[in-house]
Amino acid sequence: MRHVYGWLLLTPAVVLLISFTHYPTVATIIDSLFSKGTAIRPSRFVGLANYEMMIEDPIFWKVLINNAWFAVGTIPTSIILAIIMALLVNRSLPGRSLVRMAYFTPTILPMIAVANIWLFFYSPDIGLIDQVAGFFGIGGHNWLGDPATVLPSIIVMTIWKEAGFFMIFYLAALQNIPPELEEAARLEGSTRWYYFRRVLFPLLMPTTLFVMINAVLNSFKLVDHLFVLTKGGPDNASNLLLYYIFESAFSYFDTNYAATLTVVLLGLLAVMALMQFYFLDKRVHYR
Amino acid sequence: MNTDRPLSFNVQGVLEVGAAWFLALLWIAPLAYAFWAAFHPGEYAVHFDIFAPLTLANFREALSQAPFLRYAFNTFILVSTILTAQLVLCTLAAYAFARYRFFGSDIAFALVLVQLMITPEILIVENYGTLARFELIDTILGIGLPYMASAFGIFLLRQAFKSTPKELEEAARLEGCGVFGVLWRVYVPLARPTYLAYGLVSISHHWNNFLWPLVVTNSVETRPLTVGLGIFGAPESGVDWSIITAATLMSVAPLLIAFLLFQRQFVQSFMHAGIK
Repeated sequence: MRHVYGWLLLTPAVVLLISFTHYPTVATIIDSLFSKGTAIRPSRFVGLANYEMMIEDPIFWKVLINNAWFAVGTIPTSIILAIIMALLVNRSLPGRSLVRMAYFTPTILPMIAVANIWLFFYSPDIGLIDQVAGFFGIGGHNWLGDPATVLPSIIVMTIWKEAGFFMIFYLAALQNIPPELEEAARLEGSTRWYYFRRVLFPLLMPTTLFVMINAVLNSFKLVDHLFVLTKGGPDNASNLLLYYIFESAFSYFDTNYAATLTVVLLGLLAVMALMQFYFLDKRVHYR
Repeated sequence: MNTDRPLSFNVQGVLEVGAAWFLALLWIAPLAYAFWAAFHPGEYAVHFDIFAPLTLANFREALSQAPFLRYAFNTFILVSTILTAQLVLCTLAAYAFARYRFFGSDIAFALVLVQLMITPEILIVENYGTLARFELIDTILGIGLPYMASAFGIFLLRQAFKSTPKELEEAARLEGCGVFGVLWRVYVPLARPTYLAYGLVSISHHWNNFLWPLVVTNSVETRPLTVGLGIFGAPESGVDWSIITAATLMSVAPLLIAFLLFQRQFVQSFMHAGIK
């Protein structure tokens, strides 16, 4: 009887999960093995030909490297900022709730809105950054139009968006650390930096791992801002993997190549899932 | 006791307060700036003057150029449809996992957790195909469908249900409650904080979601705020900067106001949930 009840309760969720998670995952892998169908030539099995094409596609490597730089550029800085923010608001401070609110607010804004606001900061000559730079006699610069500065510009914006979100996990962790530890360290005459480096930071390690994995995932899943800011340009200098998948499927209408790229993304996520499984032990307050 | 402690503590304390406030101002500046631009005439967008005249013209202009009220309505319908379906589906599934050991329950749970990693927006290509087969492209139901069975919701509620004392269930059974009676009268009420946390996270996630709704929708009748805003704010649309900012603020206003009112619940929910 419990078998019947169990499955009856589960059925609605299972049907949807299979339709929109498991079935498409398998279908993606199968589609990546077929050629792009046209009106005259229907799609046919081509083995790994799409993968060969992908390996020879310079844009694919470009977006992968961009993704790596995007991750390297955003994650360590936002984690350091998140720790600093958490330490600052974890002690008594005039207007503490206002400060905490300021840090956290970007988290609840949609990336599209954030990109809209920042687009103006970055726009050449009339944008806020160039106006301020002009005040100091520095010439205008097309921040989002120059391949050298477009990715760093997006990285700065993403750090602004994410640091406050990561802060709350550190705040939660800090509140679980007994104050006696700091007391003891102070009696031993250790400096606060020493206390942070040898006591606090190691204790925060599970949080850091948890935040890091979430941040890596986000760096692959978050491409909304590209639609407003750069469309992946100039010359793919800010293109990221998921955005390239979108372009391949819905701009170039090559769903089979898009499926091939999706398999790479799925592979990367699977690796991260395994890392999460092996590196994070149960003490971490995750999910 | 160390006699110079109070003095050094003070200097350090002042520095820390200064740093905290400096960072806070830096962090709120972009949003504050958006407010400035939205409430002042276009020529003051980069020209700061305390006596600049306040105006609502940018908002009127934005509303006349794009159907933001319709978009807001669509978002509202979308978010409430998703949340309602999620609460029902996830409650049932979590109840099954928490209370019954049935054939294949462990494998089923592992398969549910897959969705934590592989979220629907990664599979846009195939999911678009699925929706097309069921003729659900460009419907609000179509945007919501992939998110309704949420692994994250099932996981959170299962945890909550598992911590419910069995004695309560037995007592309810003695009172004559059936399977659903127990769920409705014992488990659901005791999981209220989890429902609140999950609800807030789900609402803010789907209010802000962009990529999948963009793929699925192509008409004013279904487009949510984020997609409408994305089209409106695209550089090639050539709309005036102050008007874009006004539109942006209108789109985030409901969530922003809710956040300011229920700040503590929001922060705790995100903390509790640990995922967007």
